[in-house]
Amino acid sequence: MKKILSLALVGILGVTLVSGCGTTGGASTSSGGSGGTIKIGANLELTGGTAMFGQEAKNGINLAFEQQNAKGGVLGKKLELVAADNKSDAGESTAAVTKLVTQDKVVAVIGSMTSSVTLAAVPVVTDNKIPMVSPSGTNAKVTVDNGQVRPWVFRACFIDPFQGKVGAKFALNTLKAKTAAIIIDQKSDYSKGLADAFVTNFKQGGGQITGTEQYVAGSDKDFRPILTRIKSQNPDLIWVPGYYQEVGLIVKQARELGMNQPFAGGDGWDDAKLFEIGTPAALNNTYYVDHVATAAPDMVQFVKDYQAKFGHEPNAMSALAYDAANMIAKAIETAGSADSSKIRDALEKLKDFKGVTGGITIDPATHNPTKSAVIKQNKEGKTVYLTTVTP
Amino acid sequence: MGHILQQFSQQAVNGLSLGSIYALIALGYTMVYGIVKLINFAHGDVMMVGAYLGWIVTTQLHWSFLPALFFAMVVSAILGMLIERIAYKPLRNASRIAALITAIGVSLFLEYGGMLLVTAQVRTYPPVFPETVYNVAGIMFKYGDVVMLVTSVVLMFLLQFTVQYTKVGKSMRAVSFDKDAALLMGVNVNNTISATFAIGSALAGAAGVLMGVYFNTIDPLMGIIPGLKAFVAAVLGGIGIIPGAMVGGLVLGLTEAFVSGLGASTWRDAVAFLILILVLIIKPTGLFGKNVREKV
Repeated sequence: MKKILSLALVGILGVTLVSGCGTTGGASTSSGGSGGTIKIGANLELTGGTAMFGQEAKNGINLAFEQQNAKGGVLGKKLELVAADNKSDAGESTAAVTKLVTQDKVVAVIGSMTSSVTLAAVPVVTDNKIPMVSPSGTNAKVTVDNGQVRPWVFRACFIDPFQGKVGAKFALNTLKAKTAAIIIDQKSDYSKGLADAFVTNFKQGGGQITGTEQYVAGSDKDFRPILTRIKSQNPDLIWVPGYYQEVGLIVKQARELGMNQPFAGGDGWDDAKLFEIGTPAALNNTYYVDHVATAAPDMVQFVKDYQAKFGHEPNAMSALAYDAANMIAKAIETAGSADSSKIRDALEKLKDFKGVTGGITIDPATHNPTKSAVIKQNKEGKTVYLTTVTP
Repeated sequence: MGHILQQFSQQAVNGLSLGSIYALIALGYTMVYGIVKLINFAHGDVMMVGAYLGWIVTTQLHWSFLPALFFAMVVSAILGMLIERIAYKPLRNASRIAALITAIGVSLFLEYGGMLLVTAQVRTYPPVFPETVYNVAGIMFKYGDVVMLVTSVVLMFLLQFTVQYTKVGKSMRAVSFDKDAALLMGVNVNNTISATFAIGSALAGAAGVLMGVYFNTIDPLMGIIPGLKAFVAAVLGGIGIIPGAMVGGLVLGLTEAFVSGLGASTWRDAVAFLILILVLIIKPTGLFGKNVREKV
């Protein structure tokens, strides 16, 4: 009996180890588009914990390419999207992007929507010298590593240090919070970075952090023990820099424990699924920082086109992916070639690009655009735009 | 002081409600082990299938809770019997490790087969239970917590009764004691083992629906962690012993709640598996186990 159980234990450990491994990419050279098309890859979260981000993004990219092709394509060639699913998992992301660059021979990659998953793809695109534009990977490390810019990686969004600062200022000045508790997804680079940025700015503004709790996205569903702890600290605000799936559960369980404080977080909250998981009533009195309001003037035409094609309103993720796709199209046009390294050079020099989420000028030293942020409030199952914050 | 007591009681309630989920899954685990001596690693994944079955009939066909629960239990039972016939029966006389590896294979098959079929997208259950929250002296719990605890206790007694006092139970115990002798005494071993898997899987299906309703999100990999935790609970209580699974589940739930409550939420899973290791080293028969010398 003891033997069997020990064997079983070894089995468990084995399974855990195997599932923790990922595949790393092999080297290969890429060629330009052939036969009148230019192949562009997308490494997206089409399934898994942040599947809605990937789905929305894929729609956004499809719309962008369709419009480009309707205008006659880029350099007379049609743009073709090759999408790969990374299952919202870092290990799968490496495999997905390897497939895109070595098998599908794409000239550039769009992706991914979340920071950890994007970071897992960075070594592959760097080794293969393929430019990659992340629509919404906001962690600072996505484009800059130890003060060194990652040559092949760009993004279409603001970064977490800015997002955390906006969140902290809003908490201090608008919500008048003096104390805050933090709940971090301990496996996510995005969550940790955004928590750090919030804490630094909140403390600088005279605020106090009452406690920090951690969870693991994907495997934790019961947050009551950590919420009970936070409840006893009675903070004015709870900062949850996570993704909509866990945020929904956290807020719902907190309300069930009788906690009525405001909750706030970042762009990871941005999906309608949040209300499905967290229920509209529990999500009242919650706020988040986001990239763009769907009512913004630049967004109007995009929202209209998107709604006509897909039957529902886009979110910020679809808009950012749309911009990322058009950034690559624009770079190919200015480079006058679909050669990967020429696209990279053109992306680095991209200036005053007019996107639907705002003007984009890439800073060659960091590969980040400078963009403003908006703050949104959840109210009775709807997301309401509150204000715009410029850097 | 009252503040600390209140927090303590709240964590105890949190632990009990989490523990009753573990207990519910552990019941089926432990019963199958008790009769067939096979650690059915696919148990957590049968639970996942049950959760999806319940989800489909409640969202697409708008069934209410009890019919959905019953439907999930029946289909899970059939699935359990099929798994046993196809995957485990051919290995009945092979070494135990072969059956164990097959069980892991079945588990992976259900997880990734499920992913192929329903995609890895998270689905949400409709609010089947009333969202009533009770407040007893500042300690909060909801309707779902009560349903969970009551269901797991009721199922435990039903299961214990079935195994101890019915004809099927008698043949189960006979098969468990000595398969060949039971066969000679006219017990239909194949049917008995099928019945064991049917009951165990029906319990898993019920746990799946309850978990789906309770946490209102389900995905194809939802069975892995609770399945492992239920395994720990079963070992802790003494694998094969039905009341042991109940107690093991509750103890594990309470431990996890208090570990998190002390501010060590990152250590929660580590502590759960540390318990497994300690039990295996110190008292491999578990809390309720008796030291029976194995026949040589």
